[in-house]
Amino acid sequence: MAAISVPKEYVNFFDIKKGIASWIFTHDHKRIALLYFYSIVSFFLVAFCLGLLMRLELIAPGRTIMGPQMYNQVFTLHGVIMIFLFIIPGIPAIFGNFILPMTIGAPDVAFPKVNLISFYLYLIGGALALSTLLYGDGPADTGWTFYAPYSVKTGTNVTVAVLAAFILGFSSILTGLNFIVTMHQMRAPGMGWMKMPLFPWALYATAWIQVLATPVIGITLLMIIAERTLGVGLFDPALGGDPVLYQHLFWIYSHPAVYIMVLPAMGIVSEIIPVFAKKSIFGYKVIVYSSLAIAFIGYFVWGHHMFTSGMSAEARIIFSVLTFFVAIPSAIKVFNWISTLYKGSIDIKTPLLYALAFIFLFTIGGLTGLVVGALATDIHVHDTYFVVGHFHFVMFGGAGFAFLGALHFWYPKIWGRMYNMKRANIGFAIFIVGFLILYFPMLVLGIMGMPRRYYDYLPQFTVPNEISTVGSWILAIGLIVIIYNLIAGRKGPKVSHNPWGSVTLDWTHTQSPPTTFNFEEIPEVTRGPYDYSDYQASDEQI
Amino acid sequence: MSSEAGTHDQLFHRDDYAKKMGMWLFLFTEVLLFGGLFIVYAVYRFKNHEAFHEGSEELSTLIGTINTVFLLTSSLTVALAITAIQKGRSKRAINLIMVTLVLAFAFLVNKYFEWNVKFEHGLFPGMEHYKMLSNGEAQFFNLYFLMTGLHGIHVIVGGILLLIIAEGIKRGNINQGNYIYLENAGLYWHLVDVIWIYLFPLFYLIT
Repeated sequence: MAAISVPKEYVNFFDIKKGIASWIFTHDHKRIALLYFYSIVSFFLVAFCLGLLMRLELIAPGRTIMGPQMYNQVFTLHGVIMIFLFIIPGIPAIFGNFILPMTIGAPDVAFPKVNLISFYLYLIGGALALSTLLYGDGPADTGWTFYAPYSVKTGTNVTVAVLAAFILGFSSILTGLNFIVTMHQMRAPGMGWMKMPLFPWALYATAWIQVLATPVIGITLLMIIAERTLGVGLFDPALGGDPVLYQHLFWIYSHPAVYIMVLPAMGIVSEIIPVFAKKSIFGYKVIVYSSLAIAFIGYFVWGHHMFTSGMSAEARIIFSVLTFFVAIPSAIKVFNWISTLYKGSIDIKTPLLYALAFIFLFTIGGLTGLVVGALATDIHVHDTYFVVGHFHFVMFGGAGFAFLGALHFWYPKIWGRMYNMKRANIGFAIFIVGFLILYFPMLVLGIMGMPRRYYDYLPQFTVPNEISTVGSWILAIGLIVIIYNLIAGRKGPKVSHNPWGSVTLDWTHTQSPPTTFNFEEIPEVTRGPYDYSDYQASDEQI
Repeated sequence: MSSEAGTHDQLFHRDDYAKKMGMWLFLFTEVLLFGGLFIVYAVYRFKNHEAFHEGSEELSTLIGTINTVFLLTSSLTVALAITAIQKGRSKRAINLIMVTLVLAFAFLVNKYFEWNVKFEHGLFPGMEHYKMLSNGEAQFFNLYFLMTGLHGIHVIVGGILLLIIAEGIKRGNINQGNYIYLENAGLYWHLVDVIWIYLFPLFYLIT
């Protein structure tokens, strides 16, 4: 692979300008990515603490630290923040913004100003969501789904929460729109569509979902606001409205949104694995098509959230069959990652551990997904802790672990320094053990029949709940180790521009940290994205 | 700093095609935004066929038709403005945009009177007459206000965009060599027009 074309002496994007104004009015995709990073991580920590509080409440039957109303508000705020403020924007807005232009050989995204606007919309939405804590009857108590007619009737601050979600949706749309145009127009010369790395491909599929699904939730949430402020009764059965219609409209967006959360995570795994197997990815084209297939099929499966809401038998069967179809491209990806590792020269570093954890946890999440996707079994586990366990395996075990994997993978690129890898591995080990102890009992509790979204439970559910709560503490300790290690890593040893020995443009042709426009001149791409055929390890690697 | 600016000019070039693509993607989102309301309309029309018929009797086809003519003509004048600027006739482009804005304003005034009549008849959600309507007819008026209201907001936004563009032409920022912003505003304006073309028959014509 051609050596880096940037001279050794250079000014990176941190040092080129100083001062607050150079950050809050920046058009640099990397600085915007970091603005996103610090905001998203802050919101994540708030919601993480809310999750710990919920687990603490559930350590014993009856009231432990909070009553039913407060519990309802806590799990709603936990869900709203985690979904709208952490997982949906997380990987695209941080790593997509930072890495996408560099990995396709572009100096920035197509619309840098729109990128900044989208960040501020995110911030306004986040502030509104948190502001519901401060006035009136407190945050919404409806669950993050805002199901009508309860969301229309409750006295809590649903209107503001819904408005926040609407604004966050707008931010998400602008990010997706920006990425689509960037990938269409700004790929480096020679980089045909089928030479584009897989993380951009995953973002491309994601961006189309963001653009084509988000407006539907936008209008649905506006209808909820109209209901609450004007009393129009669109979803109120007493006024001839149809609450099931609300559920349809909500899930028409919110199921595809699940793929907004997990597709970029899959893209990250596809980036990490070839680097640490030093081998071309197995079945590049199939992974590309499977991303597009997941995005496409994902539009037609929303009904599986409503198997018990009142739909015709035919509709339920069709939605169930379509749901099973999504498993096919997802499984294809898993097989391809494992085939990539086969006979690779595997180098187990922290990012690879996260990628492997993704495969393991996502497989559990995916298989339990089939249990809830099948009509007969869903009737038994619907609205139980089985569902809670399932989506935490997919969302947290999938997208969450991929997020941390991406952070450990691109950390040296972003800050030009390396964290302590041994400590990172210890943090990872505690984290995944905590994760399994926290969420696996939920699957068991669900099979036993414990319903979700209650602050209380019957005595026979006590032991698994205790185990689960202890798991949440272990998880928290793991997270503290990870965060401490990453902060300490800012003073760690400096690294070369390509410490992992990757062959994609973001590593081979940019400095760590990169310069403001990433490249001195736009590189010419002549080979596939994961071509390790003449790879030679350099002594600058770690 | 100067080397940064130099690198900037070297690496970036103006890409009108990208801007247009971005606008089209944004228009997709607008179509889907209204799409949600069209779905709700379809479901409730199916459920309350008779009531929707009676509701539409309350609306004046004449005013609706006049407004349709206004909007269609304004789409024509925007298209003409784009042609004018392509030919370098900036003044003419500004005049055509002004005609567009006058037509948009006329549309909104008309809409205002139309809504006002409904208010006087107490047909807005929560008012006297509205409360006595059957559920189906109430849903008709809910959707009427929501959909024409959201459309009206889009007319206002589109008008403001065109006003800003007219100012840009006046200052010479938007000219024969660089008119993508006018083209994009025109696309937006056509979208507003297209949505009205669906709203008009759904509320005024179908019986």
